[in-house]
Amino acid sequence: MTTVANSVGQKKGFGATLWDWLTTVDHKKIGILYLIGGGFFFVLGGIEAMLIRLQLLIPNNDFVSAGFFNELITMHGTTMIFLAAMPLLFGFMNAIVPLQIGARDVAFPFINSLGFWMFFFGGLFLNLSWFLDAAPDAGWTSYASLSIASTGHGIDFYAIGLQIAGAGTLMAGINFLVTIINMRAPGMTYMRMPLFTWTTFVASALILFAFPPLTIGIFFLTFDRMFGGNFFDHTAGGNTIIWEHIFWIFGHPEVYILILPAFGIFSEIFSVFARKRLFGYSAMVFATVLIGFLGFMVWAHHMFTVGLGPTANAIFAVATMAIAVPTGVKIFNWLLTIWGGSIKITTPMLYALGFIPSFVMGGVTGVQQGAAPLDYQLHDSYFIVAHFHYVIVGGVVLAILAATHYWWPKMFGTMLSEKLGKITFWFFFIGFHMTFFLQHFLGLMGMPRRVWTYMDGQGWNLFNMISTIGAILMAIGVIVLIINIIMTTAKNVRVGNDPWEDGRTLEWAIPSPPPFYNFAQTPLVRGLDTYWIEKQEGHNGYTAAEPVTDIHMPNGSIIPFFMTLGLFIAGFGAMYRVDHSWGLAVLIFGLAFTFLMMALRSIKDDLGYYVTKDQIRRTERGRD
Amino acid sequence: MMKGLKKWRLVTLLAALTIILSGCGEEYLSTLLPAGEVGQDQFNLLLLTTGIMILVMAVVFTIYFIALAKFRRKKLGDSHMPKDVEGSHKLEFIWTAIPILLVIIMAVPTVYYTYKLGDVSAMEATDDEGNAENLVVNVTAKLYWWEFEYPDHGIVTSQELVVPTGEKVYFNLISSDVKHSFWIPAIGGKLDTNVENVNKFYLTFDKESKDLEDGVFYGKCAELCGPSHALMDFKVKTMSPDKFDNWVAAMKETEGATASADSADAGEAAFQQSCLACHAVSAVGTSGASAPNLTTFGDRNRVAGFLEHDKQNTIDWIKDPQKYKPGNLMPAFDSLSDEDLDAIADYLLDLKVEE
Repeated sequence: MTTVANSVGQKKGFGATLWDWLTTVDHKKIGILYLIGGGFFFVLGGIEAMLIRLQLLIPNNDFVSAGFFNELITMHGTTMIFLAAMPLLFGFMNAIVPLQIGARDVAFPFINSLGFWMFFFGGLFLNLSWFLDAAPDAGWTSYASLSIASTGHGIDFYAIGLQIAGAGTLMAGINFLVTIINMRAPGMTYMRMPLFTWTTFVASALILFAFPPLTIGIFFLTFDRMFGGNFFDHTAGGNTIIWEHIFWIFGHPEVYILILPAFGIFSEIFSVFARKRLFGYSAMVFATVLIGFLGFMVWAHHMFTVGLGPTANAIFAVATMAIAVPTGVKIFNWLLTIWGGSIKITTPMLYALGFIPSFVMGGVTGVQQGAAPLDYQLHDSYFIVAHFHYVIVGGVVLAILAATHYWWPKMFGTMLSEKLGKITFWFFFIGFHMTFFLQHFLGLMGMPRRVWTYMDGQGWNLFNMISTIGAILMAIGVIVLIINIIMTTAKNVRVGNDPWEDGRTLEWAIPSPPPFYNFAQTPLVRGLDTYWIEKQEGHNGYTAAEPVTDIHMPNGSIIPFFMTLGLFIAGFGAMYRVDHSWGLAVLIFGLAFTFLMMALRSIKDDLGYYVTKDQIRRTERGRD
Repeated sequence: MMKGLKKWRLVTLLAALTIILSGCGEEYLSTLLPAGEVGQDQFNLLLLTTGIMILVMAVVFTIYFIALAKFRRKKLGDSHMPKDVEGSHKLEFIWTAIPILLVIIMAVPTVYYTYKLGDVSAMEATDDEGNAENLVVNVTAKLYWWEFEYPDHGIVTSQELVVPTGEKVYFNLISSDVKHSFWIPAIGGKLDTNVENVNKFYLTFDKESKDLEDGVFYGKCAELCGPSHALMDFKVKTMSPDKFDNWVAAMKETEGATASADSADAGEAAFQQSCLACHAVSAVGTSGASAPNLTTFGDRNRVAGFLEHDKQNTIDWIKDPQKYKPGNLMPAFDSLSDEDLDAIADYLLDLKVEE
């Protein structure tokens, strides 16, 4: 299974290449796998969004049926949050964070691979519902009374698919925590970590605390639906409000799990393309931690209309508004970073500059919804649809697109076209505001969310039509991006270490893409913006903390793939056990297979291998 | 980039223009044209927070655009090296302190209104003779229709809520199947109808609905409840307390009303055969029916809450309810003859208590 040093460009057959990707534990390759998986689901979720908008183009439309529409909105939300936004961010975290802290890999490469395959198989399981039965149709929040009442296996696909994918996310989160705590290069103190590493760290801590509630909630739902549990069935003493609490205790931190890394990405980009160190670095770090902490204190603002009573509503309202303060600190620090800088409008910078007004608008409507009595009007109307798309698309998706352009050369060794990148930006940005800005007013004009159609004569026709046209513009932007990726890959013009020329952090000090061991010698970090300091002193590259020595590397392994495959099979067994007697056997087989693989991993000693000094010298010479 | 910026401004301008042109939505449906005290309170809060937020955005956008105009590499030259600034305690203090102040300004009315709108202590108040002082309506949400019971009057109706203007009307809300949410946008915010507990709140109706375009306010279900969530509309008739009292009296007069199989009216006879088992035609009773009470069918504004209120729609609905509201619980009556359907529709449209 060892793949000693063969990633340095020899030609391999298709089988060998496939095997290499299935067994890889290299954080850079896993990062790419996350990008491919997340990108695929992003396109899928986008197609679902387009169908939703086409249905709402005109009143009384019958482009899709009511039941299918509910499946579309459920799968759009679930896919975008769990299978697109998070994996795409994980892709960049995987590819970049070890490089930023001067590490050779993450702390647990094997678990890293396992986490990816669990996300992928979980997502696959969820999406197979389109073909096998019916897709889930109770909304991405899957509120208990409706999700228990939903017939067919749709919600079962949701529960089991998310259970598998969620476990992968939890593993990834723990892995990043351990990596950032333990694997920093000498001199890389916490307060010298780049902001993207910091936000990854805090987001990972949020994952650690937020995903277990989701796991428990989904287990309860699974047991209610498949094994006759009565956690949420009120006729048998259960309670549906409990689901709402559990879901949002996970769900609100989830929003910050998404947006904090986005903040990190933009912090890097502002600083690089303004050629200026991040203004108020320590305040930024503190604000990140504070937002993460407050993120756990506000979940019930999703439940103002549930009837929790005025005291609970008042407390959660004030706590929610308080989050505006650290978020405001961040916005002003970014503004002061570009103030007095030397702003170069590259594609990533364009996204960062587009992010500020978009996210500020999403943020202020968030504060408005924090005002509980006002939220009685706004909740579950199109206003909230506008709000969360302003923060998630205007924040997270813009960050993902920015990061795609920004780190593409580092990950693939070639630059995406700046011209096509800017075309994508303008289509996407204008389309985005066209789609969602007017939705605030639709909500204020009385349009509830998650409606399959609307009657004529309610004053909603024009805004819905404009909104759909905007969505088409966004789709055009994404198509241009895909063309860009294909053309760039075909041309494959190679770039050097620091293609943006103003790189500040350690990843820009090594080749693009980096060799599989990242750093020939562990770097010595002498301050914030490590590489910038080196460049200021006229160095090309980084200061080494050690002589060239043999490097210990982990072996690839197919076990994570098979472990997850077992769970994937077990999922079908658990689901079909209700209808068919063979289900139980499949459930047991799948779990047994997973346990067998776990046993194999435990029994078989895998001590990894060493890259010798000679190999490193040869590789490094070959690059110069 | 500048070209792009101009484009962006143009789009913003166009967007702003369209908003002004289409006003604030429809009077019978928009939260921006509140017709009750609760909605007005919430609208005031909307104005206050919007004002503060526009202020914040103005500051952010000003700094943003000045920075963008002033500090471009194109202008400064490629070799320009900006001075690194670590931060500024003074500035950081300012942009922490001012937002805290703004949050406090918003938090005070938020807390005040949260308690004000949540106050239902007067709900059970009675006068010296033991009569309820306030009108209470028990709302039950069902797949996909609404039942309104007036416990103090002993009457029940469905699909159209009738309330007096100028006084607090208290609501007990519950659902009998899956979770729904009770929302009359022009009157005030929503409250969920949970499956396991009764939620209570009040609304005030300050405007008579007869002057509105359809003569009713629109009510909505605001929580995803299945395929026909979008169609789970109800209507609200508001009238002066005198008229409301007359309406209650007329409703009470239907006590004991039923459809007879021996009736000379073919519609009534057919109704007795096919419909009466589920649909009552007397308003005197309590909530908990399996199908909407039809005592006031002829007074209503819509068939099934959303279809134009005419004979053809009534017939079409009876023939195939699933076609119009997928997932509702009414079986199809396509076996009825066209004459029977026609007669039933006539009979239903004649069921009225209002003059």
